[in-house]
Amino acid sequence: MSPLAGFLLVAALLFSIGLAGALTRRNAILVLIGIELMLNAANLNFIAFWRYGPHPEALTGMMFAIFSIAVAAAEAAVGLGLVIAIYRHAHTADLDQMNRMKG
Amino acid sequence: MQESISFTPQLAASPIAGMLWLIPAVPIVAAGVAALLKQSGRKTAATLAIGAMSVSLLLSVAAFAHVAGLWFGGEAARETVNFTWIQVGAANVDLGWVLDPLSAVMLVMVSLVGLLIFIYSIGYMAQDQNFTRFFCFLSLFAGAMLGVVIANSLLLLFMSWELVGLTSYLLIGFWYQKPAAAAAAKKAFITTRVGDVFFLLGMVWLFAQTGTLLFYNHGAGSIEPGALAALLTHPAALGLTAAGAIGLLIFAGAAGKSGQVPLHVWLPDAMEGPTPVSALIHAATMVAAGVYLIARVYPLMQAGALTGGTTTALTVVTWVGASTAVFAALIAVAQNDIKRILAYSTVSQLGYMMAGLGMGGVAVGMFHLITHAFFKALLFMGAGSVIHGCHEEQDIRRMGGLKADMPVTFVTYTIGMLALCGFPILFSGFWSKDGILEAAQHWSVAKAPFYMLVFGALLTAFYMTRQVSYVFFGYWRGHKPAHESPSVMTLPLAVLAFFAMALGVIGTPAWPWFRAFLEGRAVGFDWRAFGEPGLLPLMGISIVVVFLGLGFGWTLYGDKTPKAEEPDALEKAVPPVWGWLHNRLYVDELYGVTVIAFYGWWAQVADWLDRRVWGGLVSAVAWVFALWARMNRFLDTNVVDGSFDKGCDELAAGGGLLARVQSGRVQTYLRILALAVVALAAILIWSSRA
Amino acid sequence: MSFVFYVLAALTIAGGLAAVLLRNLVHCALAVTVAFAGLALLFLDLDAQFAGFAQILVYIGAVAILVVFAILLTRSSETPKDGGVFSRTWLVGLAVAAAVFAMLGWAVLETAPRLPQSAPVPVVTVQQIGQALIGRYVLPLEIVALLLTAAMIGAVIVAIHEKEEAK
Repeated sequence: MSPLAGFLLVAALLFSIGLAGALTRRNAILVLIGIELMLNAANLNFIAFWRYGPHPEALTGMMFAIFSIAVAAAEAAVGLGLVIAIYRHAHTADLDQMNRMKG
Repeated sequence: MQESISFTPQLAASPIAGMLWLIPAVPIVAAGVAALLKQSGRKTAATLAIGAMSVSLLLSVAAFAHVAGLWFGGEAARETVNFTWIQVGAANVDLGWVLDPLSAVMLVMVSLVGLLIFIYSIGYMAQDQNFTRFFCFLSLFAGAMLGVVIANSLLLLFMSWELVGLTSYLLIGFWYQKPAAAAAAKKAFITTRVGDVFFLLGMVWLFAQTGTLLFYNHGAGSIEPGALAALLTHPAALGLTAAGAIGLLIFAGAAGKSGQVPLHVWLPDAMEGPTPVSALIHAATMVAAGVYLIARVYPLMQAGALTGGTTTALTVVTWVGASTAVFAALIAVAQNDIKRILAYSTVSQLGYMMAGLGMGGVAVGMFHLITHAFFKALLFMGAGSVIHGCHEEQDIRRMGGLKADMPVTFVTYTIGMLALCGFPILFSGFWSKDGILEAAQHWSVAKAPFYMLVFGALLTAFYMTRQVSYVFFGYWRGHKPAHESPSVMTLPLAVLAFFAMALGVIGTPAWPWFRAFLEGRAVGFDWRAFGEPGLLPLMGISIVVVFLGLGFGWTLYGDKTPKAEEPDALEKAVPPVWGWLHNRLYVDELYGVTVIAFYGWWAQVADWLDRRVWGGLVSAVAWVFALWARMNRFLDTNVVDGSFDKGCDELAAGGGLLARVQSGRVQTYLRILALAVVALAAILIWSSRA
Repeated sequence: MSFVFYVLAALTIAGGLAAVLLRNLVHCALAVTVAFAGLALLFLDLDAQFAGFAQILVYIGAVAILVVFAILLTRSSETPKDGGVFSRTWLVGLAVAAAVFAMLGWAVLETAPRLPQSAPVPVVTVQQIGQALIGRYVLPLEIVALLLTAAMIGAVIVAIHEKEEAK
């Protein structure tokens, strides 16, 4: 198995772990943590392909990863701010209890 | 006889004949207007009726003058105005009217007597609440009767005949709240209906044989020689020719209307109606319609007779007439109601008229009809005056001594009574009855009718004397004292009394103007006519008979005043005979046991049939429909509605199920997202690989 | 597939697993920090030095701290009284995640033979990165700058509004 495949597998695994956490944990913050893990896994994918793919001098993968990091930070800030705001309103961060949008 | 002059509608040369239809039309229109009036419109109703009748009288007199003028000029007039009413393929049904001596005299008689009775009714019905309705019906009757007189078509005559029957029903049952009156009206209608069925049969047969119902139509009419010859060629049955059979059928209808035995039962009961009605309808006019009908279709009755001989039809007419004359006269002897005596007397005299027609021809019968109309109307109106004056008392045993209290009525009534009895010379009844007796004496078939009629004359004199002595002689047996009637009632009495005496003039053997007028011959005054063999002895016999009757009556009843509860003098003498006569020879009872019982049984059968069989059928059909409806409802509720409701429920449930996807929880949405991505990727990979 | 790779991979995976499995949220935050660190080292192993340091700076230095702050501010450090930390239907989530991993793993293993076995080490200087940022990627750069500004302002507004209403 090539190194690239190994990195890809690790990224896939990390992605799934992050997804599992986002889908199964009750706390909203852990969902955000899961999302961060998923983003990181995607970054790993990009860097891996940049390293082992053609034309690494075009820096495409690296740039993507850097921009992804920046956006992830912004998104984490806003998301956590929202969680705090919701906590202030509902006095809980438990997702199981937040079903006001029930159909 | 000179050739008759008839006119087609296009070439009507006589304006009077063209206007003849107005004579019945005006009273009918007046009746129509009067029908719309309220009960308070008394004056208007009376004015309408009397005005219409006056118009009819004027026109009738004008028509009579026209015909008489023609006759004096030596022409025999028969003017017809015919028109087609219905066309069915090639066959026509025509209607029309005729102006000839027969219809002219009848018109004058009907309208004159009618007018006098109308005037009389103003006084008689003054207290009645339904004054307006009375005059409406009277006017309608008058119009219908006049229609019968002028009809030139058997169909038109029948239609007017039926209308006459209807108005008779309405007027007999005028006081319909009285059960007796309602029953009498019903009886009259049904009994005459029996006769009318035969009349209709005869009419249909005549139409089938001759193709027309017009009497006179320029030689093509149904009783003109051409048609009669055709009728005579086919013998029908029982030795009758077709003409004879048709004649007998028509006579059956006449027998019903004119109260011949056995259809006479309705006439005495018809006295339940107001007295003017009895006078007009059941003395002078409607009952005379039967006689008039026979006179009208006389050529038919006479068809096939050898000169001087007679036909089967006329023989039957004679026998029925003679029997009726005696039968009714016998019953009249033992009645105690003033009007019922007169009613039976009318039946008897109608028998005389029929016998006269059968034996002596149109003129003989018609003359007695005319004279009888006047003196019978007079007698009835006099009876009405008596009833009115005795405060609605009708039993003669509670009257008496009225010759002092009601002098005018007494005098006029006596004149009428003497005319009816046939008191010699001065009174018209003598001459008309003598004409019949003379014809009977010379009848070729048998002598029995002559003896029957003579016996009838004896009885007539007897019972009239009985009545007059009970009512006018002796002492007053009633409760309240009697009073004379107002002049509006007594004046018509006087006029009729005059005619009762004067009309004799036109029928004497010395100057038989009436006969000549009807037959379209010239006539002169000839005293030597009295010298005919057998005429004077006949007159002698009739005079003797009349005096015998008068004498009998006077000795038995005279000036005596038997108490009301005492039995009658005759009853004391021959109780069983009296019993039979008093109970009207049990004819009604016979009918009740046979005809009416059968009819009742048949009505029950029909009712059972109707309720069980037809009703059952209808119920079954309805039940099937109800079943069908219930099944439909079941289908509708359960299948249609059910399926629809179920569908909707399923939809709602499905919606409910689907709504569960919207759990409101973020993680659920995320899971679904992830799954969808997996699925999408799988699809993409597999599709690219394939 | 060097030994270093395996260790770093194990570290990262362990951190990630710990992050999603631990009961105490603070422990989870620390675990995820470990995962971030592992990832940064993986980046370094892949000769993407700038990315690795940027990862350390941003993720460990800012995001992890933010997470901790959030945990503290929402009192999520206390374990919940009812039930557990996992939702009632955690199996479904696990299954979905497993399905995703199955698909990804299968895709990787399918294409593994066709992937390049080795490649020369790229030489990337920071100057090159900088020039790329200003040159070719100037638009994304400006947009990201805008985005960061907006995110900052937005987060502040969201938080401040709640504060005023809470009063």
